[in-house]
Amino acid sequence: MAPKSSLFFIVLTALLIVMLLIAIAFGAVSILPSEMWSALNHWFTGKEPATIYESVFIQLRLPRVLLCAITGAILAVSGVLMQGLFRNPVVEPGLVGTSAGAAFGASIVFSLSPFMSPSFKSVLGPFMVPLFAFVGGLAATYLVYSIAKDKKHISILSLLLVGMAMNAIGLSGVGLMTYIARDPQARSITFWNLGTFSGANWFQVFVTGMMAAVCFWLAQRQAKKLNVLLLGDQEAGHLGVDVKKLKTNILILNTAMVSVATAFVGVIAFMGLIVPHVLRLLIGSDHKKLIPASILMGALLLTIADVGARLLLAPAELPIGIITSIVGAPLYIFLLKKFQLNQTN
Amino acid sequence: MLEVQNLQYQIGQHAILNDISVQFQPGLCHLIVGPNGSGKSTFIKIVSAEIEAYQGKVLYEGKDAKKITKQNLSQYRAVLSQHTELSFPMRVDEVVLLGRNPHFEISPSKKDNQIVQDALELLSLQNLAGRNYQTLSGGEKQRVQYARVLTQIWETPQEGLRYLFLDEPLNNLDVYYQQQFLSIAQSFKNDATILIGVVHDINIAIRYAQQLYCFLNGKIVAQGVPETIVQPALLKQVFDIDTSIVNHPQTGKPIIIF
Repeated sequence: MAPKSSLFFIVLTALLIVMLLIAIAFGAVSILPSEMWSALNHWFTGKEPATIYESVFIQLRLPRVLLCAITGAILAVSGVLMQGLFRNPVVEPGLVGTSAGAAFGASIVFSLSPFMSPSFKSVLGPFMVPLFAFVGGLAATYLVYSIAKDKKHISILSLLLVGMAMNAIGLSGVGLMTYIARDPQARSITFWNLGTFSGANWFQVFVTGMMAAVCFWLAQRQAKKLNVLLLGDQEAGHLGVDVKKLKTNILILNTAMVSVATAFVGVIAFMGLIVPHVLRLLIGSDHKKLIPASILMGALLLTIADVGARLLLAPAELPIGIITSIVGAPLYIFLLKKFQLNQTN
Repeated sequence: MLEVQNLQYQIGQHAILNDISVQFQPGLCHLIVGPNGSGKSTFIKIVSAEIEAYQGKVLYEGKDAKKITKQNLSQYRAVLSQHTELSFPMRVDEVVLLGRNPHFEISPSKKDNQIVQDALELLSLQNLAGRNYQTLSGGEKQRVQYARVLTQIWETPQEGLRYLFLDEPLNNLDVYYQQQFLSIAQSFKNDATILIGVVHDINIAIRYAQQLYCFLNGKIVAQGVPETIVQPALLKQVFDIDTSIVNHPQTGKPIIIF
């Protein structure tokens, strides 16, 4: 197992690096490796970009590709955590209300932003979107969790049904905000519902990246306990795990990173479903490997999806959420079907 | 010694356990029998420190069980429950290794892996070690869980006792493995082990118990060596059945005929 999985990590890392380079090079304008090199040289030495290609690379392409990779990693890790938490392979952040709640929270900030005083906006403004997204995502997830739970167990059926209702509430909230918002704000809100990286900038890369780094590190520290939780709450308790505390920690971690990612790039469905499923088939259910592997594979798959989104209708652009849904939804149906069969056996 | 003092437990107005006081000595096989709903499973959940909302005291070598941290307790107390399902594919040896979790920080040591191998061998599971747990039969799953539970307290602690609780472990097992489970439990226990189990089959309980406890309506109505306490009158009282008792031709122990 051990040599096989280290080879797996090497291959995955190599694929990710190649894919990132492809994603940087191709798009509405192509950027040559020599231009990337000189652009980086100019950037680090504090000089102005020499050509328009160099500034496209630094200001648009690079942050976009990085934000996309980080977001993919976040969604995949979040899928692993949620599935481990609920001990169910058909759970992902988009299905239990986290994304919708976060989008609602963010949309409030966007539609209220014309009414904020300029000084307030310049100081706290950049943090308002992530903050509101976090509160919205946490509230929605917590509500779904506590409504779906009876005394001891959490039934997957009620979880998904309540999640569906919460999604409807969150998205109608977003709809309302879009309706009352002024035109430019309404347009930003519309972007989320489909997910997009076209507005990526370095600030977003910085905030999401910091959040992701901290959350991944904390998640990896819970990996051993998540393994024990696979046996169920009761058994995990017998093995010395404080189950209630573990669940709370995972829920907060998960909501924090998904909310921030959602606030910037919108709702990207099914990533958290596809990656953990494929990885469990390839390397098993050990969370100590699943979490790092899902960082790599999440980044890889969403980068591929983003390149597809940019190239399929070039020079126009397809929202990335459409691509992940087209691939993810059939897989989701397949998993539901398979899981149902397992349970009736 | 595991001591229970004036144990009371109720759910709403309904008393599940009613003023139970009892002591369990190390080195003996303590088995509990009783009809459905007599409180025996709840009793196991309380003495194994899973349920905490009870009145009275549970003392592990004089120490209040409520005051021992879960993490600490998990190093010398293991519980085998009725059945455990997994939602994700996992290899059998990985499941058994989970039992060693209280003993390592990040990665299992060589010793932990060796214990897993020994436990697999003890339960004759070597051939299944690489199989996906989800594809096993009910009986095989139960044997894997037993191996996992034994690895948790595989070594006798340097000081103090280890505690093994079996909560109806024989469901899903055929006659051969029912016998195997209890004889393994017997060879596993030593002078530093407290072993308490709940068993449905009264004849199996008589054969393996050194101390037998009969539960009825949340109380212990009889306790002692099986040969002396098992009488038709007691069985009538506890299980409401008419029985004859004969002696086993080889062991000489009583056998109940319904």
